[in-house]
Amino acid sequence: MDLTIFNAVIAVVIAIAFAAANAAYLVLAERRGAGRIQRRPGPNVNLFGLLQPPADGIKLMTKQLMIPGGADKALFMVAPVLAMAPAIMSFVTIPFSNTIVAHSMNVGVLMIFAFASFGGMAILLAGWGSRNKYGVMAAVRAVSQNISYEVPMLITVITIVMMTGTMNLHEIASLQSGGFWNWNIFPVSMSDGFMLQPLMPISFLIFFICSLAETNRAPFDLGEAESELVAGFHTEYGSMGFGLFFMGEYANIVIGASLITILFLGGWGCPFGLYPGVWWFLLKIYLLIFSFIWIRWTFPRTTIYGLLNLSWKILIPISLFNLLLTAGLLKVF
Amino acid sequence: MNLMDTINSMLPSVLTADGLAGIADEAAGVVFLVICAITLIGGIIACNSERLVRAVAGLAVCFVGVAAIYFFLNSPFVAMMQILIYVGAVCITIAFAIMLAAPEDNKKHGPAGPLSGPLGLITAGLVTFGMIGLGLKTEFIAIPKINMGSVKLIGVQLLTTYSMVFELVSIVLLIAIIGSLVIARHGRSK
Repeated sequence: MDLTIFNAVIAVVIAIAFAAANAAYLVLAERRGAGRIQRRPGPNVNLFGLLQPPADGIKLMTKQLMIPGGADKALFMVAPVLAMAPAIMSFVTIPFSNTIVAHSMNVGVLMIFAFASFGGMAILLAGWGSRNKYGVMAAVRAVSQNISYEVPMLITVITIVMMTGTMNLHEIASLQSGGFWNWNIFPVSMSDGFMLQPLMPISFLIFFICSLAETNRAPFDLGEAESELVAGFHTEYGSMGFGLFFMGEYANIVIGASLITILFLGGWGCPFGLYPGVWWFLLKIYLLIFSFIWIRWTFPRTTIYGLLNLSWKILIPISLFNLLLTAGLLKVF
Repeated sequence: MNLMDTINSMLPSVLTADGLAGIADEAAGVVFLVICAITLIGGIIACNSERLVRAVAGLAVCFVGVAAIYFFLNSPFVAMMQILIYVGAVCITIAFAIMLAAPEDNKKHGPAGPLSGPLGLITAGLVTFGMIGLGLKTEFIAIPKINMGSVKLIGVQLLTTYSMVFELVSIVLLIAIIGSLVIARHGRSK
C-alpha cells in the first residue's frame, strides 16, 4: 500500500481518536482500579463513573490557560504538544492485526524508540520553561531516569531483533503465529523450524520493568513525586496543557503495552492458535495495562538512587550478559 | 481486506490515493523546501538565542529537519537513527548539562573572538561563494538506488567496505569519553 497524503491523514485521525479514547477511559480504569485496591469505591456516580472522563475533559478544556510570570512562554507552550504528538505518531506503525496497520515500516521498532525519545525532551522543556524549582528538579530526575532505562531496554530489544532477524513489527508478530510455544516470551518452536531460547523470559522481565520506568509509572514516577515535588514537571500546568501531558502519558502506556505484546506475546495471535485477530491484541494490551495499574497501586515509590542503581548496577549488566548468551545460543541451535 | 483500501473505495474519486498521487509528486519539491526551511530556522534559533535552553530546543528542531531530509531521500533507517541519537541522546545530554551547570538564564557573552569582525564577514562570504560555485558547477548525477534501505545491507557494508570509517568513529567516541573523564577528574581534585 502506498502512503499517500490522504491515507496518512486518515491514519493520524484514527491514531488520535484511539489515543484520546484510551487516555480518557484508562484514567477512569486507573481510578477505579486504585479504588478497588485501596478498598474504596472510586468514581462510581452515573453509570459506574462512565461519564466521569467527558466531564473531566470539559472541565479541562473550559479552564483558562495560565502562563506563570517569568516562564519561557514559547517552551512552556511547546512542551505539552511535544509530549503528545510523538506518541500519536508512534501508533502509525503499530500492527493491531494482520491487516490493520497504517504503515508497516521496515524500521518500525527503531521508529517507536526514536519518537519515544522526544518524551524526555518534552519533560525537560516543561520543567525548565515553567521556571519552577520543583519543575526543574523533576525534569532532571525524569530525564536521568529515562536515559538510564533506555539502555537496558534497547539492549533487550537487540535480542529480539537477533532472533527474528527483522525490525518490522508486523513481521516480528507474524513470526510468532500459531500458539503459545511460538511466542518470543518462551520460544520452543518458531514457524520456520525448531528453536530454543531459554533466556527470553529474562528479556521479557527486563523489558517489562524498563517500559514501566520509561512511561514514568509508579513505582518509578519520580518525575512527578507528589510527596516531595508538588506535581513534578507539570506543577505549573493547568487546563489542556496538563490534559495533554496526561493524554501523552496514557498514550505512551498503550504504546508500551502494544510493544510488549508484539515483541514477546505473539501480537494478534491466540495462545491456542484459534481465531487470530485484533481482539486478541486488544485483550493482551488491556491485560498488560491492568497489570501496570495493579503494580502502580501496590508498590510504594522508590528513591531516585535506588532507581538509578537498579538500572546501572543490575539491569544493564544482566541485559548485556543476556545479549551475549542469547547470541551464543542462536549459534548453537 | 486492507482497512485503507476499504476507506479509499468509499470516497469520491478525486480524494482517492490515485487522484492524490499526482498532486503528491508535484508537492515533493515544496515539501523539500519546507524541510530545508525548518532545518535552517532551527539552526538560526540555535545560534542566535539568548537563552541556552532555547538554543538546545532550536538544535533539536534542526536535527529533526535533517532527519526529515534523510526520510525524504528514502532512507528511513538513517532518519530514525538521526532522531534517536541526536534528539534523544545528544540534545537531552546538552540540556541536562546546562540545567546542572548554569542556573542563570542568559547566555554569557565572552570576549569576541578574532572571527567576529570583518574577518568573520569575509570568511562567511568566501564560504557562501564557494558553496554557490560548487552548487552551480557540479553536475548532479542520479545514482542508482542500491537497496531499499535494508538494515542488513547497511550492516554488511559498514563491516566490510566502510570498516575503516566505522573503526574511526569508535576512536572519536573513545577520545570523547577520555576527555570527559579528564575534565571530571580535574574538577574532583579541587
